[in-house]
Amino acid sequence: MSAEARGGHPTPGEPMLSVEGIVLRFGGVQALAGVEFTIHAGEICAIIGPNGAGKTSMLNVLNGAYQPSEGVITFKGRSRRRMHPRTAAQEGMARTFQNVALFKGMSTLDNVMAGRNLKMHSNFVACLLPAGPARAEEARHRAYADEVISFLEIEDIRNVPVGRLPYGLQKRVELARALAAEPDLLLLDEPMAGMNRGEKAEMCRFILETKARFGTTMALIEHDMSVVMELSDHIIVLDYGRKIADGTPEEVRNDQTVIDAYLGVATEDDD
Amino acid sequence: MTVLTYITDLYNTFFATRSRAINTVFVTVISLLALFAVPTLANEYWLQAILIPFLIFALAALGLNLLTGFAGQLSLGTGGFMAVGAYSAFKMTTAWPELDIIAVFLISGFFAAGVGILFGLPSLRIKGFYLAVATLAAQFFLIWLFNRVPWFYNDNPSGTITAPPRTFAGVMITGPEAAAEVRYLVALVLLAVFVFFSWNLMRSRFGRAWMAVRDMDVAAEIVGIPLLRTKLLAFGVSSYLCGVAGALFVFLYLGSAETIAFDVNISFLVLFMIIVGGLGSITGSIIGAAFITILPIFLTNLNPILGIDLAVDLAKHIEVIIFGGLIIVILILEPHGMARLIQVSRERLRI
Repeated sequence: MSAEARGGHPTPGEPMLSVEGIVLRFGGVQALAGVEFTIHAGEICAIIGPNGAGKTSMLNVLNGAYQPSEGVITFKGRSRRRMHPRTAAQEGMARTFQNVALFKGMSTLDNVMAGRNLKMHSNFVACLLPAGPARAEEARHRAYADEVISFLEIEDIRNVPVGRLPYGLQKRVELARALAAEPDLLLLDEPMAGMNRGEKAEMCRFILETKARFGTTMALIEHDMSVVMELSDHIIVLDYGRKIADGTPEEVRNDQTVIDAYLGVATEDDD
Repeated sequence: MTVLTYITDLYNTFFATRSRAINTVFVTVISLLALFAVPTLANEYWLQAILIPFLIFALAALGLNLLTGFAGQLSLGTGGFMAVGAYSAFKMTTAWPELDIIAVFLISGFFAAGVGILFGLPSLRIKGFYLAVATLAAQFFLIWLFNRVPWFYNDNPSGTITAPPRTFAGVMITGPEAAAEVRYLVALVLLAVFVFFSWNLMRSRFGRAWMAVRDMDVAAEIVGIPLLRTKLLAFGVSSYLCGVAGALFVFLYLGSAETIAFDVNISFLVLFMIIVGGLGSITGSIIGAAFITILPIFLTNLNPILGIDLAVDLAKHIEVIIFGGLIIVILILEPHGMARLIQVSRERLRI
């Protein structure tokens, strides 16, 4: 049965998201020049490429932060010419940012709860009261938020304003906020940027545990090749706004175009 | 939900932690004092010149703090929105004298809310100082409107609006014969009710959405918070409270007023209150209002108390200098306002 027929919940192996002919222009510069790929349900897909290859632009197109000038985005069986960030969130897409986009004045718990706001529907009047349906809804969602918080091992900082937290923990809170939405597709923009080795290993573990526990499909951008090879089931390589390779880590590792354009640089340095 | 679960729910809300229990006791004591001790102990001067304006400004500050401190939308239109509340209350109670005056106050807030939402529309496109300028335009436009259209002040040749005598449950609340104690209690109860509602609202999904928009609107949008609707709701709720405060300002405090009573100085005064008290803090709004309304009066009375004999105009100048100096000192000590200062000292003292 197709994803559309079942109300848009692809089972593992079915296409979760696919894009065709995505073109994105900034003035005269073409950031993306006709990119197409498919991310299948249940997989961790890495989008890699040299600086300026268009990776973050691609992610921004996927969740509607940027509007492509051409192309089609098909998410859970529904095709669109353009996404809108709120629609993406409603349809089950969550994301994190390269430079952490948290609500700095709010506690960890409130940030995670904000990730669940689309699931909360109490009306305004109920929210004015200290008890009743709105408080009951709040308590239910707080229980789930606390589950996510303990899953990511950030109970200690539950009530701390996130602006006071070190960078590595902020990255984790951001992941918690994204997971709190129970997304079908999670977009991670350099989840390990600026982290030390230990923090990276921890983040890798959380990403793999997320996949195991929630079965979340993930698309991530990462520069550290060892991390990419360890985490991903599927790798897409971009260069100058074009896709130059697409396949399993094994295939991509041995692809001559990729070696020339990207991995090759490292090999030359080694010599 | 049964009554029992409702009660346990309430209990948990208020007494779940020790610090909450202390808060509750504190709030209860203050409320009892404010309700029973103050009206009997305070004299006419205290009630009329200090406590009533303090309560009314606290309500306006609460309104502005919800918009600026919680939702992050800087506004300089407070005076204008208060004027909308005052003039709509005046129009309503003169058109339908039989309409309950408390209901008039509460309904007048909705007119202010509507106007606030209208002037909040640009907030989707402009932010920060630019938005402040747009709301400043609202301030000037509204005052101009109430000045130039005689319909708003019922063609009164003097251009003023006057609070007519009105009763609630047989007690005179507004007009020249209304007792200061009664006006004080009305303002107190209305403020308490709105503080209570705001406190709950800020701990709900709406409060979180406002703070999310304040802290990072891009991220708010990607978690699915509708920016325009959230900002407009903040403008609506904020202006509602400012509108009610404006109605009370004329009906319970001034007695009669011209548009000058709501000029841009009021907007700045209320903004100072929330900055000194603490942006994004409900208690801060009240502390800030207390500081700004009570301190000048305290300073005025300081000279006679200390037995220093100064010329009246010199004393007035010194008073202004001390007042300004104190605001700067407080903001250097704690840029997050007096509410934060109290919170930090409480953490130190572990209560």
